[in-house]
Amino acid sequence: MGTFIQEQILGMQGIRELMNRGLTALGLDTDSRIGGSILFFCYDVVKISILLCVLIFFVSYIQSFFPPQRSRRIMGRFHGIGANAVGALLGTVTPFCSCSSIPIFMGFTSAGLPLGVTFSFLISSPMVDLGSLVLLAGAFGPRVALAYVLFGLLVAVIGGTIIEHLHMEEELEDLVRNAAAPAERAESSPSVRERLSYAGEQVSFTLRKVFPYLLLGVGVGALIHNWIPAGAVETVLGSRNPLGVVLASLIGVPMYADIFGTIPVAEALLAKGALLGTVISFMMAVTTLSLPSLILLRKAVKPKLLGVFILLCTLGIIAVGYVFNGIQAVLL
Amino acid sequence: MDKRKICVLGGGCRKCEALLAAAKEAVQNRGINADIEYITDFAVIAGYGILQTPALMVDGKVVSEGRVLRAKDIGALL
Repeated sequence: MGTFIQEQILGMQGIRELMNRGLTALGLDTDSRIGGSILFFCYDVVKISILLCVLIFFVSYIQSFFPPQRSRRIMGRFHGIGANAVGALLGTVTPFCSCSSIPIFMGFTSAGLPLGVTFSFLISSPMVDLGSLVLLAGAFGPRVALAYVLFGLLVAVIGGTIIEHLHMEEELEDLVRNAAAPAERAESSPSVRERLSYAGEQVSFTLRKVFPYLLLGVGVGALIHNWIPAGAVETVLGSRNPLGVVLASLIGVPMYADIFGTIPVAEALLAKGALLGTVISFMMAVTTLSLPSLILLRKAVKPKLLGVFILLCTLGIIAVGYVFNGIQAVLL
Repeated sequence: MDKRKICVLGGGCRKCEALLAAAKEAVQNRGINADIEYITDFAVIAGYGILQTPALMVDGKVVSEGRVLRAKDIGALL
């Protein structure tokens, strides 16, 4: 039953079979290198696009129940590390777009939420979401997906807690420090129809935004899959290189992409002998930190706090990679 | 008829630009006499208690947050 879900529903092997027949009928030898690359590309683009539309729709519908105002109110009820844990958890279900990070930052701090809790939220929000859970389950199985979410939340809680204890309130830009306590507005409760229309909007916008990255990701994946020798991947990202995790994380940090664009690359690398933790670190680094989002965040926090944030995330992601490598045999 | 005041608030990302374009389209389609202002100052945005951009304000009231509304949705709000 589990295999059926993973292969037929999430993996859509039927589509692969259909495409294989279609391409063969067009006179393409899908067993050849070029034919294989084309098949891989077409199948993956279609598969991931379908997954993206379905996932974003359901996830957005759920997210419509957790506007940031509500999350902020819930977080305010907790204290200490419990607040960090709740912040990290709410980060996974609150809709997040990196251009909203500044208003969220300002709105949270001016409402009196501790800095560490805000950071727990800001780390987990891009790193772990419901969509990535399903996507990872399809690509690597439910155990890997679950472990990814658990360790992602752990990084968010620990990172936020450390920032809390460093007492860096002085390291906020004046823009944030001078923000007036926000006016509490009555919470609207949208109808089912409004939620559905919101979910539809999110699907169309996300697809348009992510599609170029998806094509790029699948293209790179196809390249790795059919053209890069397994030996080369193994040497750099496999068990022969103890620093593979560090390398993968450092490459991933400045990159800007979406989990949908990253997963085909990750899958191809794993198939070619890269270690699981190395691939996971790469995905976490790409989704959590990126140059554009850091430039934006710099408007809210001073360089020192930004540096601490980057350092904590990177170290956390590297640590997660080594843990995954250590328990790879149990997870796959 | 009084002149309406519409504000699109956002940090200048693609979503915000899309909402601004939709707002302009809605005003034109309905032939409404309105001023459209595009606010990118985060201090002002946060001052209205907005947590998610893009946001839309009509006559000083926040009517939508974190959504890229289509022109016809905006028209219905006016």
